[in-house]
Amino acid sequence: MSADRAARAYADPYLAGAGLGLVLLAAFVVVGRGLGASAAFASTAAGAVAAIAPERAAASPLFAHYLGAQGPWLEWLSFELVGVGVGAWISASLAGRLRIAVERPSSLSRRSRLALAFGGGVVMAVGAVLARGCTSGQALTGGALLSVGAWLFLAVAFAAAHALAPLARRLWT
Amino acid sequence: MSAPLLAEDSLVASLLAALVLGAAFGFTLERAGLGSARKLIGQFYGRDFAVLKVMFSALLVAMLGVFWLGRFGLLDLRAVYVPPTFVRPQLVGGALFGAGLVVAGLCPGTACVAAATGRVDGLFVLLGLFGGMIGAGLLLDRFAMFYESSAHGAWTLPELLGLPYGGVAAAVVVLALAAFAGAEWIERRVR
Repeated sequence: MSADRAARAYADPYLAGAGLGLVLLAAFVVVGRGLGASAAFASTAAGAVAAIAPERAAASPLFAHYLGAQGPWLEWLSFELVGVGVGAWISASLAGRLRIAVERPSSLSRRSRLALAFGGGVVMAVGAVLARGCTSGQALTGGALLSVGAWLFLAVAFAAAHALAPLARRLWT
Repeated sequence: MSAPLLAEDSLVASLLAALVLGAAFGFTLERAGLGSARKLIGQFYGRDFAVLKVMFSALLVAMLGVFWLGRFGLLDLRAVYVPPTFVRPQLVGGALFGAGLVVAGLCPGTACVAAATGRVDGLFVLLGLFGGMIGAGLLLDRFAMFYESSAHGAWTLPELLGLPYGGVAAAVVVLALAAFAGAEWIERRVR
């Protein structure tokens, strides 16, 4: 947390993207699957609901998927997402970018920004459930494997975000 | 020897690989600045196309890598898991996801980067995702018909279009390069 040391500029997006592509390729080569994120939340939710109401969890097509042989707590993508946090922390601390803050435009109170962050997270979760993945598991991983559904998801998600952005302009400027 | 290298039954090795690959994933996302909601959301206002540039550069590298490793027999493409296609749920899910993304400013992976680097808004996106998963999971049995509808399994663009794998990959390269050129042009005009 070096407030005295200036945060370094972000990397070139094409270079960082190529690096990310090599990581994704390594995942295909080493474990035969790509990267992801939303399934970590789905499996954790499945584990939590199963601990409280096992029958209710088993009746859900979403939760049942994660309650198989290995159970919800050994989900590959949950371990991967813990790694994401560690890697991000290392990168930010090397660049002097670790800072406890609420990132928001001046027009938005801290409380509103956090409420919108939570609400946006809820809506994204529902979308990711229906789509069987998010930006990493569908758009990036499925996109690189030329999956039809991944390209549909990618096109519709980008189009929806661009179409709604003018309405949400007040949230970001 | 042909990849994938790890057998499916080696659980410990596979979870260790998950941690390492995840750390590299998080590192590159943070390097690119995608743990910042304001930078990420610039995509949708034409200010900063980092999302498009990072995503499509990554997609190209991985796509071409998989294609050429498969072509040289170094990677068994049948052993690589292709996420299944469910046309209608993925169209609706994509639209909802895009809407949530504009409001939250971060997607699930980048929210994790934001939270891990001290951004409290990123943490709240993670809490929303967890809450949304519980809600969606509890209500999903009522929408099971729709959830399972228009299922096509692992279905790829070359199969859909009846074109060779390499031809579709080349078309994606052209598309991405055109998108990069367009993004640079718009960025210059908006700034």
